[in-house]
Amino acid sequence: MKLRKLGALAVVSALAFGACTQGTPAPSDELGVITIGPNDNVHIAFWGVLSGADASLGQDSLDGAKIALADHDGKFRGHDITLSTDDGQCTVEGGAAAAAKMAADSTIVGLVGSSCSDEAVGGIKAISDAGLTTISPSNTRPALTSPDRGPDYAGYLRTAHSDAFQGKAVAEFVYNELGKTTAATIHDGSAYAEALQQVFADEYTALGGTIVIQEQVGKDTTDMTPVLTRVAGANPEVLYYPIFVAAGGFITDQARDVPGLENTVLIGSDGMFTPDFVEAAGPNAEGMYLSSPNFSAFQAGYTGFLEKYQALVGSAPISAFHAHAYDAFNILYAALDKVAVEADDGTIYIPKKALRDAIYATKDFQGITGILSCSASGDCGAPLIAVYQITAREVGGQWPPEAPVWP
Amino acid sequence: MQVRLADRVTDLAIATFLWAFRISVVLIVVVGSFLTLSSGKYGLETWTGLVITGLTTGSVYALVALGYTMVYGILRMINFAHGDIFMIGGFAGYFAGLALSRLGFLNANAIASLISIMIMMVVAGVFALVVALLVERIAYRPLRNAPRLIPLISAFGASYFLEYSVKGWAGPGVYAFPDVAVLDQLVPIDFVRIKWLDVLVVIAALVMMAGLYFFVMRTKVGTAIRAVSEDKATAALMGIDVDRAIVTTFAVGAAMAGAAGVLFGLMFRQINYFSGFEPGLKAFTAAVLGGIGNIPGAMLGGLFLGQVEAVGPQLFLDGFGVPGLAGLAKAVGFTMLVLILVFRPSGLLGERISGTRA
Repeated sequence: MKLRKLGALAVVSALAFGACTQGTPAPSDELGVITIGPNDNVHIAFWGVLSGADASLGQDSLDGAKIALADHDGKFRGHDITLSTDDGQCTVEGGAAAAAKMAADSTIVGLVGSSCSDEAVGGIKAISDAGLTTISPSNTRPALTSPDRGPDYAGYLRTAHSDAFQGKAVAEFVYNELGKTTAATIHDGSAYAEALQQVFADEYTALGGTIVIQEQVGKDTTDMTPVLTRVAGANPEVLYYPIFVAAGGFITDQARDVPGLENTVLIGSDGMFTPDFVEAAGPNAEGMYLSSPNFSAFQAGYTGFLEKYQALVGSAPISAFHAHAYDAFNILYAALDKVAVEADDGTIYIPKKALRDAIYATKDFQGITGILSCSASGDCGAPLIAVYQITAREVGGQWPPEAPVWP
Repeated sequence: MQVRLADRVTDLAIATFLWAFRISVVLIVVVGSFLTLSSGKYGLETWTGLVITGLTTGSVYALVALGYTMVYGILRMINFAHGDIFMIGGFAGYFAGLALSRLGFLNANAIASLISIMIMMVVAGVFALVVALLVERIAYRPLRNAPRLIPLISAFGASYFLEYSVKGWAGPGVYAFPDVAVLDQLVPIDFVRIKWLDVLVVIAALVMMAGLYFFVMRTKVGTAIRAVSEDKATAALMGIDVDRAIVTTFAVGAAMAGAAGVLFGLMFRQINYFSGFEPGLKAFTAAVLGGIGNIPGAMLGGLFLGQVEAVGPQLFLDGFGVPGLAGLAKAVGFTMLVLILVFRPSGLLGERISGTRA
């Protein structure tokens, strides 16, 4: 057995040596090297939610990545880039399935995704173990980039903000700007919502506010009257439910019919920052608030990006993280450019560990969401949060909201 | 001898466990209700609100449950695509509603709104019926004499086929039913807060269920359906067209599910390609709860499940101070299902299937 292994090693070294002698500088890498033949495409994978009620979240990010791809003329060092897609369905299981599939694909050099924090929770181990690295444009669960996140997350970075910032921003908005001192929260059990409402609750309590009740619904619940009745019993001035499109729509639509919630201030977050949500919620969405990345604080390049988005999709952005996806793709591209080794015949070698290290080493990168630097625990985002208000204009079908109401 | 002793010990352990389960659930229900009510935290308005919610969702469950139970009664088969027929009805109703809304008829006045809703329900019912008949013809009829698991698997396939066909055609996003202004107004009575929409849903469901009951019990075709569900071979010998009876059963169940899809859309606004799954599962539960194969049982089961889900968590568990209660609606609903099946293994009103059970 041992002998056979040694033999295999000898063959591999001989091959490697042979390759070297032909003048091809094949690099070595502890996680392995991806070889792209002279006529092969460079394969980058996008994974995220592409079906179901939250499809616009993933589609919007995918379109952001496509625009970045087009900005490079669809090519890397003369090779065409293939941008494949895998649907993580915004669930832990869907993320795990998509990740297992991508981990088994030896042509993938790097990934952009996922959309939902749940997908990352389910899929990241497979991706890290395969030596791959993914940059998420829209996962915001704080724990994903916490310093003690563990080795499973070695291949995980994000350009999205951490909800440690978003939850704090919403708490400040509610307490300082609106001057409301009692709040209730509802989450849907997802990694995203559960953590975000808890950050909000902690920060809000620290500011001096009172959390009167923290409730939970199922992601597929349609009838919200029971949960809203319980919330109304606790008599909050503000109801914060940072969840997703379907359940968020049901809550918004039904809240005004529950006695005691007729005038409660309703607030959601970036998971609902899409015209699909306004469509799902209907006229009762008017007057409510949504927190999201602060688009007015984006870099100068964002205006040009929006024109390309309009040209590609035919509308204004349909969700919140297109620009983050654009930046994620470009960070990956820049890192690829740094580590790729090119042979005379056009073959490209991508050492996986070196690529991962190069992404982590990103510093002062000129993105459209900000000047980005990646931390050792994978945070590359510029965490600028704003609060927008849904008005009759958005209910009437216009999107996105024009200017933030805070800060 | 020893084996027998071991068996008896196991039986005793199971019996003890079941009784402990029954007693503990009943205790939780009784004590919890007492604690919740005696705390006086929630007023009468809250409870009536929850009961009305339970009544309306329960009515929709009941309408869909009828399709499950009738098909089971006649074919001994669980038609898992039935929830998707419900969803397709919702889509057909949505497009009818959209057209009526664009014509300005939907919200012209109260009468026009009512007529519009009837048109939407008829369109939805007819469309759902056509799709269900196609499913029956293509996915079920060729397998009629196959072992029972085969049509069940075919039903799963049909379910996925319908879901992803709608996804391919309508996209994965959410469709929002047009608003019907008159339904959002409150009924002008003092002691209870109820919207016209709630009244409409309950009345429409009752009328459809009464119609179905009359159809099955009092008409010739209904008699034929009952005869086929008792004994196919004998019914055929008596000159009954078995295929026709089966097709009629599918058609009636699908039409009611399609119309229920419109009621669901009016109640909850949003539908998407997957929105038949959850109500379908609930309706199937309701059918089992009432006693599968039993038509009044499905109606009762639907209404019961609706009430337990709406009122149950609050009433049974609030008194104990359980946090995050609303997330437990499904848990409470299914615990009740288990409890009822423990006490009455054949459902509230009993299974009504006779003859050979495969």
